Amino acid sequence: MANSGQEALVDLRQVRFAYGEREILSGIDLTVHRGQVVAIMGGSGCGKTTLLRMIGGQLKASAGTVQVAGQDIGTLNTAQLYALRRRMGMLFQFGALFTDMSVFDNVAFPLREHARLPEAMLRDLVLMKLQAVGLRGGHALMPSELSGGMARRVALARAIALDPMLIMYDEPFAGLDPISLGVVGQLIRRLNDALGAASIMVTHDVSESLSIVDYVYFVSDGRIVAKGTPDEIRASKDDFVHQFVHAEPDGPVPFHMKAAPIGEMLMGEVKR
Amino acid sequence: MIRKLGAMVIDGVWRLGFASRFMFLLLRYSGQSFLRLHLTLREIYFSGVLSLLIILVSGLFVGLVLGLQGYETLQRYGSSEALGVLVALSLTRELGPVVAGLLFASRAGSAVTAEIGLMKVTEQLKAMDMMAVNPIARVAAPRFWGGVISMPILAALFSAMGILGGWLIGVAFIGVDDGAFWSQMQAAVDIRYDIINGVIKSFVFGIAVSLIAVFEGYDCVPTAEGVSRAITRTVVSSALAILALDFVLTSFMFRG
Repeated sequence: MANSGQEALVDLRQVRFAYGEREILSGIDLTVHRGQVVAIMGGSGCGKTTLLRMIGGQLKASAGTVQVAGQDIGTLNTAQLYALRRRMGMLFQFGALFTDMSVFDNVAFPLREHARLPEAMLRDLVLMKLQAVGLRGGHALMPSELSGGMARRVALARAIALDPMLIMYDEPFAGLDPISLGVVGQLIRRLNDALGAASIMVTHDVSESLSIVDYVYFVSDGRIVAKGTPDEIRASKDDFVHQFVHAEPDGPVPFHMKAAPIGEMLMGEVKR
Repeated sequence: MIRKLGAMVIDGVWRLGFASRFMFLLLRYSGQSFLRLHLTLREIYFSGVLSLLIILVSGLFVGLVLGLQGYETLQRYGSSEALGVLVALSLTRELGPVVAGLLFASRAGSAVTAEIGLMKVTEQLKAMDMMAVNPIARVAAPRFWGGVISMPILAALFSAMGILGGWLIGVAFIGVDDGAFWSQMQAAVDIRYDIINGVIKSFVFGIAVSLIAVFEGYDCVPTAEGVSRAITRTVVSSALAILALDFVLTSFMFRG
């Protein structure tokens, strides 16, 4: 694995998570090093977003430890968690821009909240962040005037406003046209390398992800079923990985939801 | 059936617990939001200033009706000069705080719930939380205090407009003696007993409506249906809270 000599920035050990009786994640081990872009892949509803939320401290693991920068997320109080989150950036699926603020104010938000900067310096910083995502020209627009891809780039500029050590992406490619998708993909890689940060993205876009990431974890039914570098993944003989990478409708992940045999359901008594 | 009833009661108690905890956090983080006064001022503008039109127009109409009905009744007993007293006391003690509160809940309370609810739906609150900014301090507290500060002022303006309406009908239109209208009002309305108690009422209603509005928005199910139900609940619970609190407060304040 690349950078394996370095200390791990994110380290999950035997992490379990359950909503009441329903177990979402069971026994996850995952490591991310500085400088890496790591993808967590899996079908919808397999628990990968839950995984991301636990790393961000929005959810607490039912068992096991989640460590970020050497700190155990589960044991932090609110103030400590907030201190850690100032060093994290997160890109939400649809950007989650503040709709009552302009693009400029959105990117300026974390800076205004956490750093007392003179207005001139703040302006320079915000414009530089917007320049990095190619949207300096749109600084005066409102979020409602942006396309989906542009909104995501603005959100990305906001996520990196405080130069985080860890950037998390929740479905960064969902609902984007091919051009925007390529742009966002390249940005994720470039920003990660420029900041010397680590990035974790949760996605089910195979081709774009495999072209930019260093390492991939496949999650299915709450466990990691496969992991490896993009080349290893492409060459994988694992049934699940094969089905996923080649987008086959049936395989280890069945097309049909679990149900009683069809004859029984069609011919049997009507139950509601 | 019994199980359903039990579930409803348990659910209600849970929500009450959540609301109390929310209120505690709201007060705890209020200091932070007061440090950034512009946030609260902005909410006073949205909740207070933008509600002015409906409050002033409604106040005027309520005053006009009071003038007509009051005169109709009073003149039977030959005491139509007491019209000023009747209008002023009804408004400052009851109608001002209560009707202004109801209007405030439907105009400003619903807007606050909708705004916070939609921020939740679009993950803006979560995004804020992930940026290490507490959404209760940044979003909820300024809206709460904006409402609490606006409400007594709106109620006072409502009463003032109502008295003007009563004067318009009684003195300018029907012809009650101008001097008697004002001097009897001046003699009969007590600043502490009537005015201050009315202000206390409107202040309490402001707290109730703002807390309900902010909480319902914050607590809503993050879907389109969830937000619409939260808005309905804000208006209904606020109205019930205002009327129930009014009864309680009146029974303590005006015992003759």
